[in-house]
Amino acid sequence: MDPDNLRYTKEHEWVRVEGDIGIIGITFHAQKELGDIVYVDLPKVGASTQQGKAIGSVESVKAVSDLYTPVSGEVVEVNPLLAESPEILNSDPYGSGWLVKIKLSDPGEAGKLLTAAEYQAYTGTE
Amino acid sequence: MAQPREPLKTTPLNATHRRLGAKMIAFGGWDMPVQYASLLEEHHAVRQRVGLFDVSHMGEIEIRGPEALDLVNYVTTNDAAKLRSGQAQYSGLLYEHGGFVDDILVHKVADGHYFLCVNASNQDKDYAHIAAHNRFEATVENASARYAQLAIQGPRALDTLQKLAGIALAPMRYYHFADSTVSGAQARIARTGYTGEDGFEIYISPADAVRLWDEILAAGAEFGIKPCGLGARNTLRLEAAMALYDHEIHASITAWEANLDWIVKMNKGNFIGRDALDRQKQRGITRRLVGFEMTGRGIGRDGYEVCIEGRGAGWVTSGGPSPTLSKNLGLCYLPCADAEPGRKIQVMVRGVPVDALTVSTPFYKRTK
Repeated sequence: MDPDNLRYTKEHEWVRVEGDIGIIGITFHAQKELGDIVYVDLPKVGASTQQGKAIGSVESVKAVSDLYTPVSGEVVEVNPLLAESPEILNSDPYGSGWLVKIKLSDPGEAGKLLTAAEYQAYTGTE
Repeated sequence: MAQPREPLKTTPLNATHRRLGAKMIAFGGWDMPVQYASLLEEHHAVRQRVGLFDVSHMGEIEIRGPEALDLVNYVTTNDAAKLRSGQAQYSGLLYEHGGFVDDILVHKVADGHYFLCVNASNQDKDYAHIAAHNRFEATVENASARYAQLAIQGPRALDTLQKLAGIALAPMRYYHFADSTVSGAQARIARTGYTGEDGFEIYISPADAVRLWDEILAAGAEFGIKPCGLGARNTLRLEAAMALYDHEIHASITAWEANLDWIVKMNKGNFIGRDALDRQKQRGITRRLVGFEMTGRGIGRDGYEVCIEGRGAGWVTSGGPSPTLSKNLGLCYLPCADAEPGRKIQVMVRGVPVDALTVSTPFYKRTK
């Protein structure tokens, strides 16, 4: 269920590296735990991020969850769909529900994150 | 919230909830379903059709004896002498200092017999409180283990439950109840609820809970019934601006502050907390509960600070998105002068002030 071409964090984010750009999102497991997502708070284009630091939050009807970036760099794009349609985080967390694109300052970072198999093992035993 | 050290208590429907795929959470020491498939769908089912809740975690206390009424009226704020048999009232249990022990429902079963429905996490405390003040010819029984409770709520609740009920439900008025049957099983059927919709709460034997749960779901299938968790219960009661213990009311809050004047009958005779309420009324109250809606981007949540013109002024007791109204709503305590509709306030959302406006409550009222 979790795509093999992504890397994952224990905080339930994913990153897909395309050249020097990292595309960030939350996992299927994360959206399922949160339930119906109604609000997403994201950094602005130009913001700099540091691996593991909070960059925003995702809110469901019931709860607030901080978002941590899996990679360092500069935010170059924010998913414009999420302000109006945060529910796509539930319906398509690995596709149209991506959060931000980050120009990577350390392209080696992503490789140290969990693989899909490692992440599944982690969530299975969490 | 700290994890309780004791194992979580379970209702007779625990395995049923798990079989239905519910996400379970710890609530007041109980292992309860917070949602099944979708909190939003469950919420809308109750507003538009009908929903079924397991509320067996709620506590029941029975008070019997020739002076049962005297005891009930001494420990509660509302006037139980006004109740006829088969009638219920919302009421408060207070400490001597005027704060809330709990908010409860008092049912008059018969002369000399009252049935109290109390909050799950407060039931032992409530029982001890009432028993400690029992200087009357009355017995107090913590009857929680003898009852399971289901709530059938929504515009089609009557149609759903009528298929199984042993009495005609349409003539039953709001806040009235009857001892009858549901699908042959003995049941206390009350036209009460915690959702802002029409509906019923039934008190049944734990041994009948699984069968009745399944039969009510089957009876409501044609109306689109959904099993609903505590998540929807909370969003529904918030839209109706109903108090939740430990949020809007607790030991340090009085009925005047919580806008619950209507459940306090100062002229009924002495009751625990009356003197303190009287003193507070003489002195004047300083803060009051008021509704708000977010006007800026952000959601005010339970416990967030509320500021007015940059200064801390109060706190959010309950807040979140309203699925029915598509707004972000909440309740908060503010100084009395500011606890009026139409005041511009700021809710501190993770350190950032976000604009909001005080509004009158309830946020949602059903059309009859």
